[in-house]
Amino acid sequence: MSDLTTNTTIQTAEGEARFGDYVALLKPRVMSLVVFTALVGLLVAPGSVDPMIGFTAILFIALGGGASGALNMWYDADIDAVMRRTAKRPVPAGKVTAGEALSLGLWLSVISVAMLGLATNWLAAGILAFTIFFYAVIYTMWLKRATPQNIVIGGAAGAFPPMIGWAAATGSVSLEAVLMFALIFMWTPPHFWALALFMKSDYHEAKVPMLTVTHGRSETRRQIWIYTVLLVPVALGLGLTSVAGPVYLAAALVLNAIFLKGAWDIWRRAEEAAQADGYVVEKRFFRFSLYYLFLHFGALLADAGLRAWGIS
Amino acid sequence: MPITQTHDLHKRRMGRNIGVALSLVGFAAIVFGLTIAKIREGASMEAYDHTPRVSITPPVETGQ
Repeated sequence: MSDLTTNTTIQTAEGEARFGDYVALLKPRVMSLVVFTALVGLLVAPGSVDPMIGFTAILFIALGGGASGALNMWYDADIDAVMRRTAKRPVPAGKVTAGEALSLGLWLSVISVAMLGLATNWLAAGILAFTIFFYAVIYTMWLKRATPQNIVIGGAAGAFPPMIGWAAATGSVSLEAVLMFALIFMWTPPHFWALALFMKSDYHEAKVPMLTVTHGRSETRRQIWIYTVLLVPVALGLGLTSVAGPVYLAAALVLNAIFLKGAWDIWRRAEEAAQADGYVVEKRFFRFSLYYLFLHFGALLADAGLRAWGIS
Repeated sequence: MPITQTHDLHKRRMGRNIGVALSLVGFAAIVFGLTIAKIREGASMEAYDHTPRVSITPPVETGQ
């Protein structure tokens, strides 16, 4: 009896969550991308936003993104436990219960949507609510386990933040906002499929129907090339709108040329060669894809700065 | 009998409590700052309790 009590106490102490474990439920690294792209959407939009209102908008867009992350961790705990990359997340690690993740996700969803609506406008809040719903229900509960197109369609959830930022600043959605959305939407498949190529056993063991698992690795390589080719006109098209300028156009030309070359290399590469060198090309492409998106949005911000200073 | 030994468990709980407290204080500060920003932008100000509410007061008819 006393042994049992002692063991239980020890387990509880080890399993007791720190504050950081709840923060980890919000996927801080994904949040950083949400914050950055939403901030760019808000800052490049025409007109000006009060700094306090702008700060509040970005904070609650980020928390909305975090809420969808918590809901994802609640529902996907079984998959996360199997995959090496995600096994240490708070729920599969036993630090936070699935119920706590669900509760945090739901409450943060309500608070972030309500606060964004009160701070800015209800169009922005509506898109944020739809984004959370799309990620938590359409992607996590349905697409992820049902179709190899999970990443393609689910990528929309990660593409909404700049549109929400734009809507928060202007109260409307325009071509520029749609193209910023499309840039992230089209970028997501090559980005994730490159990851799936070198994290191959993870998705297979978790029985997630990733393209690499359902259609094979050479088809995944071909799809990376196709989506990269489709991404280029979107990225360059954004350069012809009012939010872009010389910095964006120059950056887009260089970045897309490098990205195309990387996708071509992946497509033309045999699986045996990739295995032999430890997927060095795929890993390089994946790493570059992060810079690709960051630099596109950074260039938009630079052009907005130049316009504000009256230089271009 | 008072608890004299501090276990790692207590540290974690303390950390969590401080985290929650700071989050709540931060939230209150944001709501306050937002209110100030909204008022500065010219949002309508109206008291609700025991005061005439301009938005529901019928317009005063003048003339004739």
